[in-house]
Amino acid sequence: MDSLLSVSNICKTYAVQVLSNVDFSLRRGEVHALVGENGAGKSTLVKIISGLIRQSAGSMELNGRPFAPGSRMDAEQCGIRTVLQELNLIGNLTVAENLFFTGIPNRFGLIRYHELNKAAAVLLDRFGLTGVNPRMKVSALGIGRQQLLEIAAAMSCESPILIMDEPTAALMDPEVELLFKHIKEKRDNGSSVIYISHRIEEIKRIADRITILRDGCIVGTYNAADIGNDEIINQMVGRSMDQVVERRSQASARIALKAKGLTRRPFFHDVSFELRKGEILGFAGLMGSGRTETMRGIFGADRFESGEIYLDDSQQPVSIKSPRHAVRNGIALLTEDRKEQGLFLPLSLRENITITNIGAVASRIGWINHEHEHAEADDWIGKLDLRCRSPEQKAVELSGGNQQKLVIAKWMFRDCRILIFDEPTRGIDVGAKVEIYKLLNNLSERGKAIIMVSSELNELMALCDRIAVMSAGKLAGVFDRGSWSQEILMEAAFSEYLTGERRNPQSPLDEGKDETGPVNHETSNLS
Amino acid sequence: MNNPEDRSKRKQGSAQGGLNAVLADYAGMLVAVAALITLFSLTTEHFFSPENFRTIANQIPAAIIVATGMTFVLIIAGIDLSVGSVLGFCGAVLGAAIVNWNVHPLLAVLLTCVAGMACGVFNGWVSNKWSVPSFIVTLGMLEIARGGAHLVTRSQTQYIGSAIGGLADASVAGISLPFIIALVIVAAGQLVLSRTVFGRYLIAIGTNEEAVRLSGIDPRPIKVLVFVISGLLAAVAAVIDTSRYQSANPNAGDGFELQAIAAVVIGGTSLMGGRGPVVRSFFGVLIIAVLNAGLASLGVKDEYKRLITGLVIVAAVVLDQYRQRFTAKS
Repeated sequence: MDSLLSVSNICKTYAVQVLSNVDFSLRRGEVHALVGENGAGKSTLVKIISGLIRQSAGSMELNGRPFAPGSRMDAEQCGIRTVLQELNLIGNLTVAENLFFTGIPNRFGLIRYHELNKAAAVLLDRFGLTGVNPRMKVSALGIGRQQLLEIAAAMSCESPILIMDEPTAALMDPEVELLFKHIKEKRDNGSSVIYISHRIEEIKRIADRITILRDGCIVGTYNAADIGNDEIINQMVGRSMDQVVERRSQASARIALKAKGLTRRPFFHDVSFELRKGEILGFAGLMGSGRTETMRGIFGADRFESGEIYLDDSQQPVSIKSPRHAVRNGIALLTEDRKEQGLFLPLSLRENITITNIGAVASRIGWINHEHEHAEADDWIGKLDLRCRSPEQKAVELSGGNQQKLVIAKWMFRDCRILIFDEPTRGIDVGAKVEIYKLLNNLSERGKAIIMVSSELNELMALCDRIAVMSAGKLAGVFDRGSWSQEILMEAAFSEYLTGERRNPQSPLDEGKDETGPVNHETSNLS
Repeated sequence: MNNPEDRSKRKQGSAQGGLNAVLADYAGMLVAVAALITLFSLTTEHFFSPENFRTIANQIPAAIIVATGMTFVLIIAGIDLSVGSVLGFCGAVLGAAIVNWNVHPLLAVLLTCVAGMACGVFNGWVSNKWSVPSFIVTLGMLEIARGGAHLVTRSQTQYIGSAIGGLADASVAGISLPFIIALVIVAAGQLVLSRTVFGRYLIAIGTNEEAVRLSGIDPRPIKVLVFVISGLLAAVAAVIDTSRYQSANPNAGDGFELQAIAAVVIGGTSLMGGRGPVVRSFFGVLIIAVLNAGLASLGVKDEYKRLITGLVIVAAVVLDQYRQRFTAKS
């Protein structure tokens, strides 16, 4: 066996053991996928390999020699490049400067911009980032393009081992195709790739071997050709899973929220829809189609220019000038970015949960009853089956799925009537996703009106009573259960991009959510 | 309340829970103060005496009170550079009110507090309204208030005699009234921070202001209020100092802001916000005061005193970093 890197008996313990006796070997010229639920230890393992953290026990060998990187730089010098889940770009520097950050061409310390930008342009071209100017600041790019940029920077090095942790999380299909092409190229040139992803279809396509982790232990390593999707999922969660969430439509006829002509240029214009009590209304659309901005508008996080919002059966529009007004009117927004906008990571679960309605556990003059607060937090943790040591554990220590549950707990504590979920399942594993689906179902059964923004059509189609599709800032259509198919929804998602008379070579696919743009015909065919 | 919950609270250093938790959290600072006292008592003849301790206790109330306000400001990830000047300005208002305007001393004190709060409103309101970092606004206020102090006093020290002398001279059980006031303010500050909704909001704002806003809470009035509290506490400190010196000097409190920040930082409050028990800031003031008094009785020259104090500040923060890393891992 031609083992390039081998890891034996690796253990890592923080407050709890996150890796126990992990053995793992990477062959020359293979793509080796690591899969497992969030918190299974995949990221910890690759962080140890790439020198970011030290193992508590165990050893590693690289090319048959002991390998113990003291830092990321150390590992890179040994030929291990890593693309982490968190982006590692410097927003205020240009694209070219970021791409060649460790080796900027210079003469006596003066940057040779001509050379730098030329080399960057070549690299950008190779990765299909033709619309990106090397002199642009990275912060001006959308998140998808930033991710591609980071991948390009890592791929451009001739390193024998490349580690990618969730590289496709922010990418759209055509970009994923491009990425796979480059990964295959690299493998055929004899490099090895460790690839972490939640998307099992992707892994089946790209990986040669698959190692499954569960609760910090290796469950097994398989040839990708020998194992089926269901088998992978079963191994990951350690139980056979009822993937399908049966949605019985139970929306009442009573209206919870009515939006009329909401407009905030250039993000969304003339968006009108109704949301009923007990309903789950899906919002589909491409990245940059204005879904997130519309929701932020309804919640008062950003002010919209015109349009009205009516609550219940009222004929009188409500004025929602800030999130405070929204919450007072029973509207909650569970933002896409949990860590930056939803949670107080260094604070305890208790403090995170009660912040939305702390008056409920305090006396009239603002004196907090800690016992009461603790009990309330404990109660919601139990109801949502949030896995933690105690309500005093810090939010930062939870896995992605449990962090999402924490955000839900926070809003359940406030008891809002209208819950807007923006990408509630992004970046969380299959097991946790199903639990979130069940939670949403339960909430709607209890009469809550729910909006669910998601980029995964499958989950919208499984869960929603109706699906609204946004395209280039407009509402392209609202579809009832039974009247939709993946094709119909995709067609609607692209509709506004095709009718626009503006044509330019940029596609909306590689734009961040804060940009909107027209699309050309070639790209749309990729759907 | 001796359950695992308490233990984890202690780990976070969030200063909640029973007396045991409090003691454990402040053990390090208590040890540091005790070590300094022991050191100076052994090396000098006169350090360990009731008179010396009384002198120290008389010197530090103003610093303790201002440091309490500063702790609040640092917790919301702000900074208040104007406290020294505001203290000077408030003292000037007090002096001028009593000497020139013949206002009743009680009313004069009230006026002083209003002046301090007004400075705080300016700081908080401007930095919120136009999203100016509090560093800049309070830097401006540092100059504005100092100018105001000179204007009000026409740059002359105002001798008020014993008009409010009763405040500084009074004592309860041998402890001076100002020191007791300072202790009460520290205790109140600590309780507000750990037990009230307002305190919880401060910590949340310092941790993640956008998440606070998106939780349906408007952080702006809360932030303004923090600066008002800082201004008010500077005014209280001004009253105490003016009473003690029986005069209002327009240059009073010069450089006080940096002393306050140093004390708070020694106490382990993060400049990044979200963290900082008030009691620890009190110990920070105490450590600096004991160090200064001890070095003085050793006969150390002023230039060396400053040098050593500076080193202690840096060393304390480095130590605190280690402490945090250790508690985070355990």
